[in-house]
Amino acid sequence: MQQLDNILKEARERLDAITTAAEAEEFRIRFLGKKSPLTEILRTLGSLSPEERKEVGMQANKARKEIETLFEEKNASLKAAQKQLLAQKERIDVTEPGVRHSLGARHPLTVTIQEISRIFMSMGYQIAEGPEVETVFYNFDALNAGPNHPARDWTDTFYISDDILLRTQTSPVQVRTLQAQEPPIRVISPGRCFRCDTPDATHSPMFHQIEGLVVGEGITMADLKGTLDTFAKEFFSKDAKTKFRPHHFPFTEPSAEMDVSCFKCGGKGCRVCKGSGWIEILGCGMVHPNVLKAGNLDTEKYTGFAFGMGVERIAMLRYGVEDIRLFYENDMRFIDQFK
Amino acid sequence: MLVPVEWLKEYVDVNAEVSEFCEKMIMSGSNIETVDQYGEGIEKVVVGKILSIERHPDADRLVVCQMDVGQEEPLQIVTGAPNVFEGAKIPVILHGGKLPDGTVIKKGKLRGVASNGMLCSFSELGYDDKVIPVAYKDGVWILEDSAVPGTDIVEAMGLAEASVDFEITPNRPDCLSMLGMARETAATLGGSLRYPDTACVSEEGDAADYIKVEIKKPELCRRYAARVVTDVKIEQSPWWLQKRLMHAGMRPINNIVDITNYVMLEYGQPLHAFDIRNIQGGQIVVDTAAEGEIFTTLDGVERKLTSDMLLIKDGTRGVALAGVMGGLNSEIEADTTTILVEAANFNGDSVRATSKKLGLRTEASSRFEKGIDPNLARAAADRACRLIELLGAGKVVGGCVDVYPSEYTAATIPVRVERVNNVLGIDLTGEEMEAIFKSLEMETELADGIIKVTPPTVRQDLEAEIDFVEEVARIYGYDRMPTTLPQDSSRSFVSPRWELRDTARDLLVSLGLNEIQTYSFVSPRGPENVAAQADSDAYKFVKILNPLGEENSVMRTTLLPNMLEVLGRNSSRNVAHVRAFEIGNTFFDIPGADGLPTEKDALCIGVYGPGESFFTLKGIVEELLENLGVQDLTWAAESGLATYHSGRCARIMKGEQMLGVMGEVQADVADKFGLSAKTWCCQLDFQLIEDLADRDIHYAPLPKYPASTRDIALLVKEEVNVGDIMKLIKASAGPLLEDVALFDIYRGKQVAEGMKSTAFSLTYRAPDRTLTEEDVVGAHSKVLDALKAELDAVLREM
Repeated sequence: MQQLDNILKEARERLDAITTAAEAEEFRIRFLGKKSPLTEILRTLGSLSPEERKEVGMQANKARKEIETLFEEKNASLKAAQKQLLAQKERIDVTEPGVRHSLGARHPLTVTIQEISRIFMSMGYQIAEGPEVETVFYNFDALNAGPNHPARDWTDTFYISDDILLRTQTSPVQVRTLQAQEPPIRVISPGRCFRCDTPDATHSPMFHQIEGLVVGEGITMADLKGTLDTFAKEFFSKDAKTKFRPHHFPFTEPSAEMDVSCFKCGGKGCRVCKGSGWIEILGCGMVHPNVLKAGNLDTEKYTGFAFGMGVERIAMLRYGVEDIRLFYENDMRFIDQFK
Repeated sequence: MLVPVEWLKEYVDVNAEVSEFCEKMIMSGSNIETVDQYGEGIEKVVVGKILSIERHPDADRLVVCQMDVGQEEPLQIVTGAPNVFEGAKIPVILHGGKLPDGTVIKKGKLRGVASNGMLCSFSELGYDDKVIPVAYKDGVWILEDSAVPGTDIVEAMGLAEASVDFEITPNRPDCLSMLGMARETAATLGGSLRYPDTACVSEEGDAADYIKVEIKKPELCRRYAARVVTDVKIEQSPWWLQKRLMHAGMRPINNIVDITNYVMLEYGQPLHAFDIRNIQGGQIVVDTAAEGEIFTTLDGVERKLTSDMLLIKDGTRGVALAGVMGGLNSEIEADTTTILVEAANFNGDSVRATSKKLGLRTEASSRFEKGIDPNLARAAADRACRLIELLGAGKVVGGCVDVYPSEYTAATIPVRVERVNNVLGIDLTGEEMEAIFKSLEMETELADGIIKVTPPTVRQDLEAEIDFVEEVARIYGYDRMPTTLPQDSSRSFVSPRWELRDTARDLLVSLGLNEIQTYSFVSPRGPENVAAQADSDAYKFVKILNPLGEENSVMRTTLLPNMLEVLGRNSSRNVAHVRAFEIGNTFFDIPGADGLPTEKDALCIGVYGPGESFFTLKGIVEELLENLGVQDLTWAAESGLATYHSGRCARIMKGEQMLGVMGEVQADVADKFGLSAKTWCCQLDFQLIEDLADRDIHYAPLPKYPASTRDIALLVKEEVNVGDIMKLIKASAGPLLEDVALFDIYRGKQVAEGMKSTAFSLTYRAPDRTLTEEDVVGAHSKVLDALKAELDAVLREM
């Protein structure tokens, strides 16, 4: 028993002195290994009387447990100390910049077109496209623009020949769609358009439009209002209000312009909405029967609505871009901002 | 169309504030551009009368006036105005008074003489130069003698008035008149229209004794009404009439001209007054000009006419260019005594053609172009005579020589009540619709769900049922219609082309490229500037006949010049590093099946800046094409394109098909675009990529058996291409080779001049078993043999 006390005493003293993992391992082998004095004592148990064997065995196991516990504690404190050390030694400056693989940015007009398209696609619209170099027939005749319509002037429209021009609107896709598909029709057609405007802060001879067309049985002007109101709430804000004002377009009747409550000031009046609280966003109307006829449709059976909006204008309003020419200058510092 | 609201009230009640009136008019279809508010912001400006004028002691151009401004003592004012005289009544701004532009006037001294205010011109009171009467253009406003000194100028002259500028759409030429806008107002606000007074109190004689009218071209002139006025006195119009013209945007000239303008604004019918002295033979003949006939218009310009132009002639010669401008030879002059007032209806297309050919657009021609109701002519002529009588400007001769071969009446259109409701999604009764039509002065007859509507003849835009649907919609109110969604369902769909472009954009953006968008119309020098091959499609231009300028005169055949321009612009703005791409249409003068020029999708990439090289761009292109599902590309050195460095250019091939080219831009090409740093570009035929792209995912199970890897280093001559080595390894290894990858190229001390060391990792694997050492050695030795035999490649110790 005295022997056990000695072993315990020695173990405690040694443990106190341990400062490294190697010393700890040495200790484990010395006091808890197969050749440790405790193991030696347990091995001699057979030579003792049954009473002594029981007593010594119990004491020896108790001593082993105690050494084990002390050893675990020491180990734990060693590990903690080690972590502490590494924390100091391997410290990094987390405020240094990250290693980045920079992404590029889509052009703001693409961003706007994709966003608008996504909203209409969620309402079941297809995307249709048509040629940018168009016939006079699709761009004007089939859209009910009479032979003297001012937009046909050479001062307004770029011509390739007497019959071919650069489309002035994406509306020709309406007629092409009507000719190619059976109702019900729901399409939007984004694309480039061209008009003879000298470039300045708000005019560009090339610009983008998104045209929409819905044709079916029983389509009403109330449906037109509902659809575009839904769009405005999705695109601008769920609190957006819409106002439809009568207007005139050759290819729709009745026609309207849609204003949206100003998304900058919420309708109170500010610089963006020029104090009116409303911003003009798009033109729309019920498809003129003459256009349906150009698409070989029965005008008694089918009705429909169409709408068109300028992408640049919407992008300018939305992002506060002050000059339309910035879209075509392609300064990387401009495009970088539309990530 | 500028509509002064106080003037409008002469024809219709406007029981609303201006802002409310405007809002309601907008919602019923008369959009508004601006509202000019006259008489606002004027403070302490009163009528003053000049009692005496003395010379300023120290200034030749100034005079000192003693003014009666309704106060006990005269007020002394110094002025430089050239048109002042004793007894003149003039607006005076008193000390502390305010002008519409915000200017505050204080008393002070002018060259040492006290001045207690200022005499005002029209301009200072808020009038635009283009409406100020000529007499007062450079001086102060001389008021009518009835003005009482001391009264507030705004009150005395009735200046306070809003003038609303309506945006008139091309389908509504009838609204280019006060009566037209009054008709809209009546329908919008309720109430009925009051027509102007057209009957003269006293008339003498018969116009037919003065003039005979013959229309030789009835297809170009539907009506010609002529009235005669004698004893004409040309003088200034009274202020009430001048004011109306000015607030409607027109400059007062003299009583006769002002009356013709006034009636034109009232009815929308242009009038013309001739001095009857110069109508030779007492007759008017409406005919076309002789080819090449020379005619001098009122503005003094000699014009050469063509035989399709309508000309008003007298017995011997032309006196007016019908509907465009009068002739200098029959102009009203100061001593004119007898005039002929013409109110005619000329064919709009003919007037447009004449006006366009001569490059002469006038207020009259633009009105005729849009179409005028022939029934207006007589009323307008009569109204002008009545105003002449009213102003005491002449004695009106009785009768009107009115040649009107076939009277125009409006067609009656059946409108189905149910149809109107079905198109609009509303539920109005026939009676409610009738009421709307009647408010617009239409005649109606409702029976069996059909309203027979006869519009007034001024409404030439109403031709079919749908036109009446619109009338119901706008007067009922768009805002009162319900808001619903279409009931039928449909499936969203995107073309593969659209989707592939979207995917390509996303890939390129994730590879760090910015998207650009450039003009579709470009300079024809573009292909030349990028040294495109002379015989290539890049020169098959689709040309614009009326471009904005040479630099935008053809449709682009290649995106490269635009890309280099954008890179150059960024470089000049010190953007150090650019990675950019554009996906867009190119156009070729190659007619397609529909007769239109061919349009093709193209993709162009351009990069410059630190870290960029041929191989960073190649990596982008490889990553893009592989992810678009275009596999097994080969890269062939290309030295024949002047656009690119002839040792650093490649054709991008898939089998025999060329997807595009890429390379380092030739220095002299880059130089043209202001690019001094090395620049790499890639031009891809996106149309072909669309055809080749395999967007299906091809899954293969993960390997069950382990692979065996062998690394080799080969010493080869510099000119041996890595691509050829890899091709040979693949061809010679047999089916067990799973993959081969280059992991190092070394040139330097350890390798002889003109040689390079290339290191590859070869992976062998069988799908059905673990490979034995013999399997691998067998395949690998075939590779080494082939490399030695065909490329003279020497195996280096690893």
